[in-house]
Amino acid sequence: MYRSHILVCGGTGCTSSGSQLIIDALEKEIKNAELESEVQVVRTGCFGLCALGPIMIIYPEGTFYSMVKEEDIPEIISEHLLKGRIVTRLVYDETVTNDGIKSLKDTDFYKKQQRVALKNCGVINPENIEEYIAYDGYAALGKVLTEMTPEDVIDTIMESGLRGRGGGGFSTGLKWKLARTIVPDADQKYVCCNADEGDPGAFMDRSVLEGDPHALLEAMAIAGYAIGSTQGYVYVRAEYPIAVERLQIAINQAKEYGLLGDNIFESGFSFDVDIRLGAGAFVCGEETALMTSIEGHRGEPRPRPPFPAEKGLFQKPTILNNVETYANIPQIILKGADWFASMGTEKSKGTKVFALGGKINNTGLVEVPMGTTLREIVEEIGGGIPDGKKFKAAQTGGPSGGCIPAQHLDIEIDYDNLIAIGSMMGSGGLIVMDEDNCMVDIAKFFLEFTVEESCGKCTPCRIGTKRMYELLTKITEGNATMEDLDKLEELCYHIKENSLCGLGQTAPNPVLSTLKFFREEYIAHIVDKTCPAGVCKSLLSFEIDKKKCIGCTACTMVCPTAAISGTVKNPHVIDKSKCIKCGACMEKCRFNAISKK
Amino acid sequence: MKSLAELKAIRDKMQGQVGLRDEEGDVTRVVVGMATCGIAAGARPVLTAFSDGVQEKNVKNVMVTQTGCIGLCMYEPVVEVMVPGNEKVTYVKMTPEKAMEVIDKHLIRGTVVSEYTIK
Repeated sequence: MYRSHILVCGGTGCTSSGSQLIIDALEKEIKNAELESEVQVVRTGCFGLCALGPIMIIYPEGTFYSMVKEEDIPEIISEHLLKGRIVTRLVYDETVTNDGIKSLKDTDFYKKQQRVALKNCGVINPENIEEYIAYDGYAALGKVLTEMTPEDVIDTIMESGLRGRGGGGFSTGLKWKLARTIVPDADQKYVCCNADEGDPGAFMDRSVLEGDPHALLEAMAIAGYAIGSTQGYVYVRAEYPIAVERLQIAINQAKEYGLLGDNIFESGFSFDVDIRLGAGAFVCGEETALMTSIEGHRGEPRPRPPFPAEKGLFQKPTILNNVETYANIPQIILKGADWFASMGTEKSKGTKVFALGGKINNTGLVEVPMGTTLREIVEEIGGGIPDGKKFKAAQTGGPSGGCIPAQHLDIEIDYDNLIAIGSMMGSGGLIVMDEDNCMVDIAKFFLEFTVEESCGKCTPCRIGTKRMYELLTKITEGNATMEDLDKLEELCYHIKENSLCGLGQTAPNPVLSTLKFFREEYIAHIVDKTCPAGVCKSLLSFEIDKKKCIGCTACTMVCPTAAISGTVKNPHVIDKSKCIKCGACMEKCRFNAISKK
Repeated sequence: MKSLAELKAIRDKMQGQVGLRDEEGDVTRVVVGMATCGIAAGARPVLTAFSDGVQEKNVKNVMVTQTGCIGLCMYEPVVEVMVPGNEKVTYVKMTPEKAMEVIDKHLIRGTVVSEYTIK
């Protein structure tokens, strides 16, 4: 038994900032100090505060060290673990107060969070099934198999109000009910998990797989019991190697402990889970394309109906839920539908995980009750916008979603409120933009993504998005007319109405929502030929203010195209025909003499 | 695994161990003096005895941690027990055996073992 546990984040974020080196160094130093039998190093999943990685937390004190470097390890061992003195300089400053160190749970970042789906992430060792069991793991499966009928399970999930966390927001309980009842004599049914997280910036599903893989397995087994299925598939993208590895370890351990496989808890119920790797196509996150891909075909969507509940994988009744949705299930079973329904808003129950990114101080993963305002997420939990810049908009729902402008900062985030203002929940990517972001450019960025990821099966999406992208390019280059803008808008509605699957049907959303809230920016590009945010290069020109320039020559040194000329101590000039608008001179100038327009 | 009882057995065994990571509620702090003087007098086995004992017996809301020199070098190993809302109790000249007694009597049942406290 150990007197101290050192939890080091082994999520993808902290792994890329070097947490494995930290773990190696810790193990070495612990050995040197002969503390192997007293101190345990645990590699966990994501803590959420990715911006401060690599992150470690030492128990029993609960000391939160951030941005730890390899060379800090000997000091942590000799001071903290041997002498019991906390190494204050490495402690996350938010936890340092005048009267000592406060708990991480009391910091602005964690205070307003409520962790359900992420409950065990950063708390347990995901590669040790017994730690999951210690936190009531597999107790829900035990309860379901010994005390509840499949109908009870479905009723409980229905009553909880849980809705799909992957984008559409369909009632999970209803989905299960349809799969149970629609084809009463089906010889096989399937439980699928969508872990093909494709939205740029969203990574909550990866974090659950990396930090708490057993929660997913337990939930899938519960779903299997509820709908009458014995086989589950997790469709996960191959770009998530750590997640795939831990999920496989979890499956092996669950089988070894008899929590997956034949006759679980001697109830007569058998269930197995297999992993299927996706090759990273965005369209494979669409349910019919995903199942086509599992079947071994090219990942292309097919028309619905028939819906998967009737004819899904291998033409059998199938349910497909995403990782975060499943992660809620065991706790709903254990704590009851009322507990879950007590969180959130009238029509959106429970919590939602958001991946905070873009222009925000606390980049990372947060889980808040539905109905939390965007302002709370951005300003309090997210720690505001760096460099004192102004909030301009937040983009939710990735390439299928839209933006929420500053005037809607106080919107209570739930499925219906977001739809009402032309955005959507999506999988929960939340990208914050400040005054330096050009909204036309953002729309163009997402369209570029959709053009690349369109599978090509249907014409509106394949050709329509390409034409939209061309029109947006024309606007950002200052060559568009107001007629082009009308054409763009018309095209949006055509693509929305006529595309085969969700990818095409939602692809125009980034354009429509920026047009709704930032039409004046589009017009500025078209009529005034300027980019108000100073992003679109074709519309920019750099100039040196002769009154401010002292002729220090610093700008000439950094200009990659030798576009700046002038003699020492005399004002310099930019040759616009040579300038590639990289902005290097502006960054270098110490006298604010260079401006862009 | 065949039954819920087996699942519960694993859970109970592991809960004591991961209980170390609990941050909920009012925590009783058991602080062992681990400065040079304390270590020389045998504080390390006392610390591990407390830590293991608390986990084995799954005593909730107890944090076993260490500190530097309290200034009572002649009484080492010194252990302070701080129950929220109560006055601090200082045990002196501790051994692993005495530690087990303190866990049973003080931490679990709430009775101070006055024969080991500082006089």
